[in-house]
Amino acid sequence: MTIARDPTIPPPRRLKPWNAVEKSLAKVGISGRMLVLAAPVLWLLVFFLIPLAVVFGISLSTKQFGRPPYSPLLTTEEGTVQLTLHLNNYIRLFTDNLYIAAYLSSIRIAFISTVITLFVGYPMAYAIARSPDKWRNILLMLVILPFFTSFLLRVYALTGFMRGNGVINQFLGLFGVEPLVMMQTDFAVYVGIVYTYLPFMILPLYTTLVKLDVSLFEASADLGARPLRTFLSVTLPLSLPGIIAGSMLVFIPAIGEYVIPSLLGGPETLMIGRVLWDEFFTAANWPRAAAVAVAMLVAVVVPIMLLQRAQSSVVER
Amino acid sequence: MRRGWFLPIAAALGFSFLYAPIVSLVIFSFNESRLVTVWSGFSTKWYGELFRDPQMLGAAWLSLQIAAISATIALVLGTLAAVALVRFRRFKGRTLFSGMVSAPLVMPDVITGLSLLLLFVAMEGFLGWPQGRGMLTIVIAHSTFCTAYVCVVVQSRLSDFDRSLEEAAMDLGASPVRTFFDITLPIIAPALVSGWLLGFTLSLDDLVIASFVSGPGSSTLPMVIFSKVRLGVSPDVNALATIIIGLVASGVLIATIIQLRSKPKRAKA
Repeated sequence: MTIARDPTIPPPRRLKPWNAVEKSLAKVGISGRMLVLAAPVLWLLVFFLIPLAVVFGISLSTKQFGRPPYSPLLTTEEGTVQLTLHLNNYIRLFTDNLYIAAYLSSIRIAFISTVITLFVGYPMAYAIARSPDKWRNILLMLVILPFFTSFLLRVYALTGFMRGNGVINQFLGLFGVEPLVMMQTDFAVYVGIVYTYLPFMILPLYTTLVKLDVSLFEASADLGARPLRTFLSVTLPLSLPGIIAGSMLVFIPAIGEYVIPSLLGGPETLMIGRVLWDEFFTAANWPRAAAVAVAMLVAVVVPIMLLQRAQSSVVER
Repeated sequence: MRRGWFLPIAAALGFSFLYAPIVSLVIFSFNESRLVTVWSGFSTKWYGELFRDPQMLGAAWLSLQIAAISATIALVLGTLAAVALVRFRRFKGRTLFSGMVSAPLVMPDVITGLSLLLLFVAMEGFLGWPQGRGMLTIVIAHSTFCTAYVCVVVQSRLSDFDRSLEEAAMDLGASPVRTFFDITLPIIAPALVSGWLLGFTLSLDDLVIASFVSGPGSSTLPMVIFSKVRLGVSPDVNALATIIIGLVASGVLIATIIQLRSKPKRAKA
């Protein structure tokens, strides 16, 4: 495209059928670019963006019996259109202790699990990045492989591992240790999140760590820094984009997690995703569930923005 | 640099943490006893039970169909989105578009599920379509989040490859469409394959979104598994998990071998 065409060579004579189509479309003002963009833009508008707007709209409605089970926002009465908005769902969210407790405990559980995942995942990512070339791909494949096996089945595998007469307790029993109660506790939820989201932490960390220049470590060591010092003042700051990206990839979905708290957690393990689920499926209160979803969106907006920033800087390096 | 003992040990512990529960699940799927955690002898009876369970088989077939269709729709949409994001430097609403493409990656499932369900109900009220909920609505929902994954995979491949190949084709008179099909598509083909496979497995795996947008009589495999697992351990789920893990592991293994084999060839050429 950038090279000027040699004027002595005649341009290709025969117009391919497509070129003709393109020209006639261009006359009406439709470019090839618009055709490429049309399908994904339309699809995502209709099935991603508009649904979020619908959630917001219905969160301002109120439960009623019938189909659909919520009050209409717009009603026509004697020729005039009336807009009726209800704020009772939001008022309830801010005044009912159940919602506040669930909201805070989701953030707490997601935060603690993210920190644990970071501490487990960082040494693994670092070990893979520093391993010999022929090992690296195999180790990476081993990290990705569980991600491809079913999420639900991996959580189920954990229940077999942690239950009262499960593998861990049978193992401890060999040494005469009393069985530990692990299932149906917050501890089990932490383990579940760390276990299932570990690959999301390791991959971005690995991407930043593998690109670090080894000579930086050598320079630091030559200047007399101990390995720990080198790690804290060279490796750690340079891998910050990977840390942020990995942490957000764990934190954001963990906030809305439903499967893990309901299979591994106890009845008192409150998480906002579970509250939304129960509000929708058990209480059949769709507007309330929508309000909970809006509140959850507010909690993940900042992390999503952080993630987007970290990702662009991971790609740039 | 001195090689410490800390990293290898940490990595070994981490990998055992990742794999121990899966391995124990596979072992206990061959257990005779109904008590999943007490070994009482080798048996494959749970596999037989699994294949005689019509509910499980029906759900598996439905899930496979949904996954194949969703992955294919997502492949087309995701590739178009990736081409637009990588090749069109600037266009109106680019920020919004790239946000819309990548947000479903991290959006909590309960929000995606609820928002799509409310959309479908509202659309049915206004337009009369889609009538009721079932396979069609699940396919739409899965295509949407799989598009995001396909787009990420294809995007990284597109931005990696040498743009001058495309420019050469267009200098020689090929239209952008011809260039795309003759030059770009063969080069990004591996990314398309892995994008499709990723979409397929993610769709096969989804419980939460499908639970929201499915209708009566259209229970997917994860929904059936979840309702069984919720009631306690069931040995036939262990058998099913072993089959799925076996299929996935061999699939990934074959893909890796093909990739490793094709590398030296390319180096020679």
